[in-house]
Amino acid sequence: MSKPKKMNLNQKQNLSGWFFLAPAAIMIALMSFLPMLKALILSFKTGIGTNMTWTGITNYVRMFQDAVFMQSLKNTFLYLIIQVPIMLILALILASMLNDKHLRCKGLFRTMIFLPCATSLVSYAIIFRSLFAVDGFVNTILIKLGLLNTGYNFLAHPNSARIIIIIALVWRWTGYNMVFYLSGLQNIEYSVYEAAKIDGASPFKIFTKITVPLLKPTILLTAIMSTNGTLQLFDESVNLTAGGPANSTITMSHYIYNMSFKYVPNFGYAAAMSYLILILVAVLAFVQMKVGDKRD
Amino acid sequence: MIKLKRVGQYAFLILASILSVFPLIYMLIAATNKSVDVIKGKMIPGNYLIENFKSLMAQQDVGGAMWNSFKYAIVLTVISLIICSLAGYGFEIYHDKGKDIVMNIILLAMMVPFAATMIPLFQMFSSAKLLNTTMGFILPTISTPFLIMMFRQSARSFPHDIMEAARIDGLNEISIFFKMFFPTMRSTYAAAMTITFMNAWNSYLWPKVIMSDAKSMTMPMLVANLKAGYVTDYGVLMLAVLLCSIPTIIVFFLLQKSFAEGITGAVK
Repeated sequence: MSKPKKMNLNQKQNLSGWFFLAPAAIMIALMSFLPMLKALILSFKTGIGTNMTWTGITNYVRMFQDAVFMQSLKNTFLYLIIQVPIMLILALILASMLNDKHLRCKGLFRTMIFLPCATSLVSYAIIFRSLFAVDGFVNTILIKLGLLNTGYNFLAHPNSARIIIIIALVWRWTGYNMVFYLSGLQNIEYSVYEAAKIDGASPFKIFTKITVPLLKPTILLTAIMSTNGTLQLFDESVNLTAGGPANSTITMSHYIYNMSFKYVPNFGYAAAMSYLILILVAVLAFVQMKVGDKRD
Repeated sequence: MIKLKRVGQYAFLILASILSVFPLIYMLIAATNKSVDVIKGKMIPGNYLIENFKSLMAQQDVGGAMWNSFKYAIVLTVISLIICSLAGYGFEIYHDKGKDIVMNIILLAMMVPFAATMIPLFQMFSSAKLLNTTMGFILPTISTPFLIMMFRQSARSFPHDIMEAARIDGLNEISIFFKMFFPTMRSTYAAAMTITFMNAWNSYLWPKVIMSDAKSMTMPMLVANLKAGYVTDYGVLMLAVLLCSIPTIIVFFLLQKSFAEGITGAVK
């Protein structure tokens, strides 16, 4: 008699579990998966508004003949290959320096290095734009120091504009990643470090032989997050360089936005480009996980 | 030798700290100076703050944008925290095979770039008449895999015998959540709140897509609009940037610890 009643209770609890998670799960289905499916269908169509017709893979073919899109792809990978490693290594070095029991003002250092995270993406993009403008602070200082005669327009030359974007990204995100490493380092027994020091290991050896291997899961996670973030860069491209000069610093998301809402809207083509980002995110995350596993 | 290493360590950390803080100090000082002085490289606070403020108010509806940003961010944070904590709790406390599968599918949504959902969302929202509305702002990010995961992780430490005791006392499942789980998970809620508020306040792409009406504009949009002129008034521009950053900087200092715990907590 008691057994069916207990089953009933379990079923009741099981059902209330579904009630708890239903609103969130339904919203994710409606706001992520449904649009994703719609974008896939859209990517095989062409036209404006309700006048959409099937076009097969034309949009996907066009992508690879589109010079601006290829430029945005190159830029995104340039930011990925140069900026992400610099930032992660810097964050690792800072975190391992701060993970020192004998260090003074630890909290102050951590707060200051973490502080850039408190600024909005638009805000910091505009601060850096002002700093590096022709009549901006950096040029003023360089002229005062006698290094330049007139202001150099950093944002009007493709390479210097890309470097400014990279500097800005490193500035904004290093502290963020450092916090991940600091919390990962707290799981490593401090005595491991003390023992290594007694054995006479150099700081560089301690860093490469203890810190990096033990933090591997965290490093993998930050690498995946940064890759994902870099592939979706938008605010910086729009507000720091406006994609210019002549689309030379434009990112993929920025170009997709322009294609959808700035130029004559071409939702089909924009959707096809967005699918390429989706595929890249998935492939790169997969590769990174594989690489991360292998080193075990 | 050891002393030298120490000096190097401090020098590196001090340099990193200065570089991290400098752009913000620049913003602060520039906001109090005349644009011509900012261009000259003046690095001491001036007395032009009020003038800059007046000129900013004359150009843009700062009050309206501030109100909108607060409204969108607060509504989103409150609803999102309720929905996601309920889900995280449901996934962990009542977990079984079916729910674990659903959780894994939800985690896949983390991989979906916003650019891929933006256009269909815009179409859906424009036919549902949700453009320029608070609902339109909040719906796409009302439920995030990140927050669900964070609450699921914290529910793991929620003791099962407390639940049994509560059930024997006659509490139903919903009351257990609100009366037992909610008060004990304050620190998780604080962390989730900080992150959600900051993300909502800072979001730019989605509002830019759906808030075409000037009356629905957010602070980051207002700041971005300011730079469009031919001659940049740096004092006014930096004041706007400062106003846009004050709420997040306050939240950052009040809840720095929970913010740090929050961004890393979900991954442990």
